Amino acid sequence: MSIKPIIKTNNLSKIYKTDSVETVALDTVSIEIIKGEFVAVMGPSGSGKSTLMHILGALDLPTSGEYLLDGENVEKLTDDELADIRNRKIGFVFQSYNLLPRTTALKNVVLPMVYAGIPKDERLSRAKKYLEMVGLANRLEHTSNQLSGGQQQRVAIARALVMDPSIILADEPTGNIASVQAAEIMAILEKLNNEGNTIIMITHEADIAEHAKRIISLLDGKIIMDRQNGHRRRMRK
Amino acid sequence: MEFSEIITEAIGTLSVNKLRTGLATLGIVIGIGSVIALLSLGQATQAAITSQIQSLGSNLLTIRPGSISQQGVRGAAGGRTTLTLDDAKAISTSQEITTIQNVSPEFERRTQVTTAGFNTNTQIIGVTSIYEKVHNISLSQGNFITETDIGSMSKVTVLGPQVVNDLFGENTSPLGRSVRISGQTFTVKGVTASKGGSGFFNADDVIYIPLTTAQKILFGTDYLSTIALEAKSADDMVEAQNQVGYLLLARHNLNDPTQADFMIMNQADILNTASSATGMFTALLSGIAAISLLVGGIGIMNIMLVTVTERTREIGLRKALGAKKKIVTTQFLTESIILTFTGGLIGIIIGIVASFIISKLTSSLFVISPSSILLAFLVSAFIGILFGWYPAQKAANLQPIEALRYE
Repeated sequence: MSIKPIIKTNNLSKIYKTDSVETVALDTVSIEIIKGEFVAVMGPSGSGKSTLMHILGALDLPTSGEYLLDGENVEKLTDDELADIRNRKIGFVFQSYNLLPRTTALKNVVLPMVYAGIPKDERLSRAKKYLEMVGLANRLEHTSNQLSGGQQQRVAIARALVMDPSIILADEPTGNIASVQAAEIMAILEKLNNEGNTIIMITHEADIAEHAKRIISLLDGKIIMDRQNGHRRRMRK
Repeated sequence: MEFSEIITEAIGTLSVNKLRTGLATLGIVIGIGSVIALLSLGQATQAAITSQIQSLGSNLLTIRPGSISQQGVRGAAGGRTTLTLDDAKAISTSQEITTIQNVSPEFERRTQVTTAGFNTNTQIIGVTSIYEKVHNISLSQGNFITETDIGSMSKVTVLGPQVVNDLFGENTSPLGRSVRISGQTFTVKGVTASKGGSGFFNADDVIYIPLTTAQKILFGTDYLSTIALEAKSADDMVEAQNQVGYLLLARHNLNDPTQADFMIMNQADILNTASSATGMFTALLSGIAAISLLVGGIGIMNIMLVTVTERTREIGLRKALGAKKKIVTTQFLTESIILTFTGGLIGIIIGIVASFIISKLTSSLFVISPSSILLAFLVSAFIGILFGWYPAQKAANLQPIEALRYE
């Protein structure tokens, strides 16, 4: 029996060239991630986890290797085609939230749907639905600078979900947030995963990574460990 | 993304930094404003000159004596005394001349004119009765010089409104009163209507007297300073010029047209010269205004480049969320076009107000042509596209990861 993977990479490499120096950021990484997984990618800084995240998120292209996202080859696409892939298939949650400044929570969540060309009425109802889901029903018209860090990150999660993406990519989602609110964010991510969403989370904090079902560790651009996290269930009880 | 959303978003972004937006727009405001004002000024001058020249008579040819050349030194035009009343009579009676309708022999000279308590220095023109028709003179009071006045060398005069003001004061009727010209007393029999002239020839600052009186009594001469001819139609002007030219050459016993001791000027020539002079002037001023518009455009480009750099992270985010190049380009182009368009609009209003004030101050015509407003609109939109294009492309081509990392 074989389940078709959502993400499949084959010998992905990324080499940065500056003048005469070549830096290997990713070295022949092959991963398969299937639907419904919650994967934490761990590693110290410089281990290549951000580079991996950028390539998986179709923000950057690999130097060599193959990347299939939901059955589509990503490595040879043009800028506009990549933009389309990001729009339809990937929900981003960034460490620094990256909401539009001076813009309401509602409008921030609406933004990806604007680029997808979804009709105006549907945009609003969908944005409201997801903001309610992350517990911000009473903050729709607050602008980003009127919200706390945890609230901003919840807006970002609503924005990531609104296009019903194949994967949610979270880059240090709790990195800038106080611990109480961080726990809330992790609870939301776990809930989303339990509802069937596939989540890939980059983190360097071991206790945050423990929320995931599977942990991949990177060092010097190579996978040094890839294990199922059996511990998780016990932790949640 | 709908058009209205793009506009609303652009206006929202521009209103965040109002001072900067205002200053960037100011360059365009000044540029468009000065283009509008200067074009209007040029057109008003043109219209004024055209109507003034036309008011002096249509289909008009003017014969003046040539200049005196002695041993290669050429004197002022009109210095010679070569035209006589017989020349004028010959033109009007010649069988060969078929294109001339009216012939007006004239003698003019500046002299001092006095009344009790007032005096002025003005142009005295000795005329025949046909002058009124050839030069489109209309009277506000009394009558013009008649053939009877010519025949009897009457000491009667018709005054221009400016002269009336100078010699009798405003709002008085000079009819029947007398003026002294070179020691002779003349009775005022008419006042001409104002033509509003100014500059090289002011038709309001003139005194008309019978030609015979001017030649025999006042100035003691047999010569004419001008013969004005009215052609039958505007199409006959060239033909008329040739016919009269050859007749006068023959009468003055000259064979070679280059030796002519007179010159014939055409109203159209004068109009063309004046028009091309004002046209050149307008073009020059508009050129300067266009340069300020260019500088304004560069200002817009500068601001847009700063904006793109400042909003690098935002652009990166938008691209990460799926914004394609076209959308990013449209967003930034819309902002620059809104800047220049608003500037253009304000500039047009300021330009119109400025030219209105100028026309009031100089009591000249107020002319705004719709085409110059349309042109200003198009130019300001074009500047928005031209100078917004490069910054917009720069934004659209940012790589999302580079942009997201930007601090």
